[in-house]
Amino acid sequence: MSRLLIRGGRVVDPSQGIDAVLDVLIDGGKIARVGEGIESSDAETMDASGLVVAPGLIDVHVHLREPGGEHKETIASGARAAAAGGFTAVVAMPNTDPPIDSPATVGYVKAAGLRAGGARVFPSGCITLGQKGEQLTEIGELMAAGAVCITDDGRPVMNAGLLRMALEYAQSFDLPVALHEEELTLSRGGAMNEGIIATRLGLTGIPNAAEDVMIARDLMLAELTGGRLHIQHVATRGGVDLIRAAKAKGVRVTAEGSPHHFTLTDEAVGWYNTNAKMNPPLRSAADRDAVRQGVADGTLDVIATDHAPHHYDEKEQAFEDAPNGIVGLETAVGLAYTELVATGLIGLAEMIERMSCAPARAMNLDRAADGRPPLGSLREGSAGDVTLLDPMLEWTVDPAGFLSLSRNTPFGGRKLRCRAVRTIIGGTTAWQSSA
Amino acid sequence: MAQELVNPVLGKDLIGLEELTREQITAILDTAETFKEISERPVRKVPYLRGRTVVNAFFENSTRTRVSFEFAEKRMGADTVSISTTGSSVQKGETLVDTARNLEAMRIDMVVIRHASSGAARFLAERIESSVINAGDGKHEHPTQGLLDLLTIRDHRGPLEGLKVCICGDVLHSRVARSNIHGLKRLGAEVAVCGPMTLMPPDVGDLGVRWFNRIEAAIEWADVLNVLRLQLERMKAGFIPSLREYNRVFGVTRARVEAAPRDLLILHPGPMNRGVEIDSDVADGPHSVILQQVTNGVAVRMAVLYLLSGGPATEGGDA
Ligand SMILES: [Zn+2]
Repeated sequence: MSRLLIRGGRVVDPSQGIDAVLDVLIDGGKIARVGEGIESSDAETMDASGLVVAPGLIDVHVHLREPGGEHKETIASGARAAAAGGFTAVVAMPNTDPPIDSPATVGYVKAAGLRAGGARVFPSGCITLGQKGEQLTEIGELMAAGAVCITDDGRPVMNAGLLRMALEYAQSFDLPVALHEEELTLSRGGAMNEGIIATRLGLTGIPNAAEDVMIARDLMLAELTGGRLHIQHVATRGGVDLIRAAKAKGVRVTAEGSPHHFTLTDEAVGWYNTNAKMNPPLRSAADRDAVRQGVADGTLDVIATDHAPHHYDEKEQAFEDAPNGIVGLETAVGLAYTELVATGLIGLAEMIERMSCAPARAMNLDRAADGRPPLGSLREGSAGDVTLLDPMLEWTVDPAGFLSLSRNTPFGGRKLRCRAVRTIIGGTTAWQSSA
Repeated sequence: MAQELVNPVLGKDLIGLEELTREQITAILDTAETFKEISERPVRKVPYLRGRTVVNAFFENSTRTRVSFEFAEKRMGADTVSISTTGSSVQKGETLVDTARNLEAMRIDMVVIRHASSGAARFLAERIESSVINAGDGKHEHPTQGLLDLLTIRDHRGPLEGLKVCICGDVLHSRVARSNIHGLKRLGAEVAVCGPMTLMPPDVGDLGVRWFNRIEAAIEWADVLNVLRLQLERMKAGFIPSLREYNRVFGVTRARVEAAPRDLLILHPGPMNRGVEIDSDVADGPHSVILQQVTNGVAVRMAVLYLLSGGPATEGGDA
C-alpha cells in the first residue's frame, strides 16, 4: 500500500504553525497533502479522531551500543524501541567499541540502520580519533559516509585548542559539533551530584561547575569560530543561563534537555539506586526547574533522551562501580507530556517542536539529503514520517515490556499520560500499539 | 525462618549509624559494657554464638578491624571464615552480586563486610538473608568504629548530651567521620569538624555540624577531639600543599593541647601518622584514650554480633 490517509486527527505541526483537526495523505513515502476532507479512494485509511498527528519525533541522542555492546542493545533493537516510543528517527552516538571514527564504521552503522526495520538511524562520528581527544577524525569523510554530526559524547574534549579546530573545520561542511560538557578535573570520577545526598552516602560528588565551566568555555569558542555548537544533556541552572545569554548574543548554539533531568533530582538516588546513576548526574530541584524552564522558553531547543542501555548485571553493582545511564526511548513521550504539558508549562505544539522540528533543524535533517526527503515537518514533500499520539492515554511504565534489550530505568511503575500509539515511517507503519 | 532470628533491638543488619535510633545505639553501648567484663576473665569465652557461622569478607585491607572482629567472634564461640582480597575471586572479576549469591548458598548466619565501594554493605544486605555487619564501606560509614568511639567517650565523660566533640582532619574521605557524626548527634552531643575546606564534604553543615578552619578555635571549643588519619596520598592529589604545612596549621600538637581551656579527651581511630595529624607526645600522653578504643572495639563488636544473632543461641530457636 503506497498511499495512507490519516483522517480526522488533531494535526500539530509547529514547522507550519498548524494545530487543527485535519486529514493527512501520505503518498510514495512522502507527505502529499494536509487539509480538510481529503478523499482518496485507493488509500489505506485510518481514523485518527481523538489522536494527535505529529511530524515524526526525532531523538538526536541515543546510544545503540553496536558495535561492541550488543548484549545491551543492537542497532535493530534500538531502532525498534525508538519506533515503539514514537520516534521515527534517531542519531546514534559514536562511543561504541570500536568508536565510530572512520568512514567505514559510519557506513556500518548506516547500513545496519537501513536493515533495522524501526526508526531511521543516523550515525554520528567522533570528533577525535578513538575519542582520545588528541587528533581530529576525517570529518569530511565521516560526513560523506553519512554522519550527521560529530561528537565525542561520553567524554568531553578537554583540549580547548583542538575543539577550536573542530568547530572551525566542521564549518566547511556545516556540520554541528555536539558536546558532552564535563571538566574532568572537577568531576574527578564522581558518581553523583555534589551535595548533601552524596555527602551522606559517602559518594564523590560532581559539582555543577564541572559542567558550567565547559559550557562557558565552549560557548566562547563557538563565538570565536562562528561554528555550530550543539550542547548535549544540559543539567544545571548555570548551564541553562549561559546558553540563554549566548543565544541572546547570537552565538550559533542548540542544546538538549533530557526527560530525566527535567523530571528527577538527586534524591532519586535514594540508597544507591544505580538506575538513577547518569552523567551528567541528576541534580538539585533548582537545577531540574531550570532545565524545565529552559525547555519551556526554548533555550533548550531539543528534548533528547540520551538513551543509554545497560545490561542488568552491569547495573547490579555497588553504585560507584555501576555504569552511567538509563534507557529513555520508550518513556520520553510520556515524561515530556506528563511533566511539561499536563503541568501547563508548555503546550502540545511546543512539545512537538522540541521533539521533532527542532531536532531535525539541529542535525540538518530538515533538508533533503541522500535521496531522503526532509524530516521534522508535515509540509508537502516532507518524509511521510508521522507519530500518532494519544494524549489521554494513561499508562504505567513496565520495563518488562520494553523493546529495548535493556531495562535500566528509574521510572518503572511510574504513571504517565500520553503515549505514541502508531509510528509511521516513510508512509509505512513501523510500530503500532496492540492495545 | 530468618525472621524469627531477627532481634527487635537491631533488626537484621548493621549498615550505618544514620539508620539507628538513640535507643538502639544506647542498647548496643550498654550491651558492650557487659561484654567488656568478659575480656577481663581468665577464660575469655561465652557461648552465645556457638554453632553460628560468621564470614569475614574483607575486600579491602584492614588488619585492625579484621582482627578485632575475629577476636569478638571467637570469644562468642562462633565458627568463622575469613575471605580477603588477596587470592579471592573478587580479583578475578567476580562481582559483588556473585559474592552475595555464594555467601547465601553457604547458609551462613552473618557476614562482616569491608569494601572499597560506598553502599557495598547495604547492597549485600538487600540480597541475602544473613545478617550483614558493615565493617567500612568506601567513604560511607564504619558503624562499629563509630560505636566504639561513642563507648570510649561515654566511659570517660558520662552521658554525651551536650558534650562538644570535634572531628579533626580528612572528614571528606572518612567513613569514621560519618558514623561519628550520626552517632554523636543521635546521642545529643554537639558536633564540629575541623580541617581545610578541601577535606570537608560539601554541605557538611546540613548534617548539623559546625566547621572550624583553625585547630586552635576547635580546641578552644571542644571537650573531645577525634583526630582522623590523614592518608598521605591526599597530598599528591592536591588536597593539601604539604604534610609539613598540615602539621603546622592543623596538627594536634602538645602545645595546642596544653593551651586548651578544658581537659581534652583525644581519640584516634588509627593507624596514626605521628607528627602529621597528631604528635607522639599527644598520642602517648595523658589525654589520649587511643588504646582503650582498641579494647572497646572488641566489646562493641561482641555486642553487635550478640544483638544481631537474636541473643543467646538457646533462645534463638534456630536448631
Ligand atoms: Zn553524554
